[in-house]
Amino acid sequence: MLDASSHPFDRLPNTPGVGYKPQHFSDLLENPGSVGWLEIHAENYMGDGGRPIAQLRHLSERFAMSVHGVGLSIGGEGRLDPDHLARLKNLVGWLKPASFSEHLAWSTHDTEFLNDLLPLPYTDETLTRVADHIDEVQEVVGRRMLLENPSSYLAFDESTYEETDFLREIAKRTGCGLLLDVNNVFVSATNLGTDTISYIDAFPMDLVGEIHLAGHDEDHDDHGRPLLIDSHGREVAEPVWALYDYVIKAAGPRPSLIEWDNDVPDWPILEAEAARAARILETVG
Amino acid sequence: MIVDQTTFRAALLSPEAERPIGLSDGEGQPAGRRFDVYRNNVAVSLTEALETAFPVIRKLVGETNFKLLAGAFLRQHPPSSPLMMFYGAEMPRFLAAFEPTKSLGYLPDVARLELAIRESYHAADAAPIEPTALQTTPPDKLMASTLSLAPALRLVRSPWPVFALWQFNMAGGPKPEANAEDVLVVRTEYDPEPVLLPPGGGAFIETLLSGAALSEAISAASRDAQDFDLSHLLTILIGRNAITAIGESP
Repeated sequence: MLDASSHPFDRLPNTPGVGYKPQHFSDLLENPGSVGWLEIHAENYMGDGGRPIAQLRHLSERFAMSVHGVGLSIGGEGRLDPDHLARLKNLVGWLKPASFSEHLAWSTHDTEFLNDLLPLPYTDETLTRVADHIDEVQEVVGRRMLLENPSSYLAFDESTYEETDFLREIAKRTGCGLLLDVNNVFVSATNLGTDTISYIDAFPMDLVGEIHLAGHDEDHDDHGRPLLIDSHGREVAEPVWALYDYVIKAAGPRPSLIEWDNDVPDWPILEAEAARAARILETVG
Repeated sequence: MIVDQTTFRAALLSPEAERPIGLSDGEGQPAGRRFDVYRNNVAVSLTEALETAFPVIRKLVGETNFKLLAGAFLRQHPPSSPLMMFYGAEMPRFLAAFEPTKSLGYLPDVARLELAIRESYHAADAAPIEPTALQTTPPDKLMASTLSLAPALRLVRSPWPVFALWQFNMAGGPKPEANAEDVLVVRTEYDPEPVLLPPGGGAFIETLLSGAALSEAISAASRDAQDFDLSHLLTILIGRNAITAIGESP
């Protein structure tokens, strides 16, 4: 674990944040409302320069930043891509974000990047592999990371761990923290017929450094059962707000991100989502 | 039944392939079309990345055809890096060989221009020389010097009217006529701008980019176009922060 430094943004505040979209640059500087910090997808800021990097430098003087990777493939069977690890180290090195997180998922096979967060079974073998990869990431990047719970559309027959036990054990072996995506909890529980409250009650809350909230789409499987899709393209659903309220009352305030990546709305709509999270956070102030 | 990632991946990019056995709905039934969520995510997200990269190609072939083209492209050329900002570099070659587009000879060069604009957007920043630096360098010395051009500068030379096609589709320009066009992509600050080069301009920039001295670039340009106008070219470059150093010829 890292010591607090003199950098003013060495940790995310227990306020709402939003996933940064370039169309909101001016709004964020002029009227951030309840938004206290920003998250970026690491891979969008790995170019050599130009506007993306310039905007990021500017915003990081005003807001605490979270770097959220979507391309490291920590759950992949192959070795981590050393070039990508080096790019991540470089970004985290100059930006000095308050937080760095990645997913319990895979996206690269051999040299092929599939641009989706693909699922893995929960077994002794995958646990060792993920833990080894996280050790390597934390070693190379030089800081502790948070690992995010996935949204699941299916289950692996070969799994022998509950997801909460799997995450707890990875954190124990590697010293990493966890990112609790409350929408993912709701999506997975609905899709796999499990209980959200039992999942939250079993989740190691003391390790949670950040919470994610997002909207989902509704579909159905072959048997007419609900199949929720983690689409990040609309407002957070009512039952997810209710679950978030439960999490915050159980765990206390945490940095809470509104993710809205597709059909991105005008600033007032996104800010209203953040304001709603702020009201829930204030109930446990 | 163990589903390894090779099996998962094989079924992911082939819609006609059997879904892997060993995946369920969490309540004992086979996963069925739940697996297709991943198939759909991969195909849709990569198609969107290509739509973002190639807006002019999309307009030229139409939205429906572009989706078909993207579907074929992403199966033939899945990304080799997590940086979606660089996905699609093989598009010019693909368009030249793809049966439905191979008779449209100008498409690959339009794709090259679109790639050049995107590369320029993400290229490194670099401070330009003082606007007066060319005048204050003694002429003999200047002629023997090399000019370093900004990392965000790109040159696209084409036997097709690529600039006119770009302008017609993106900026409401006039209908393209059948001319060969050399296009310079420059980034004065953060927005890449395609500029149609005057006669000789393509040869001039190409020679400068090779690291040759200014005098050699002028000779190459004059061979290409007798009415080559050096001061016009230098005005284009200086006005758009595109010269970053005056160097000694090797």
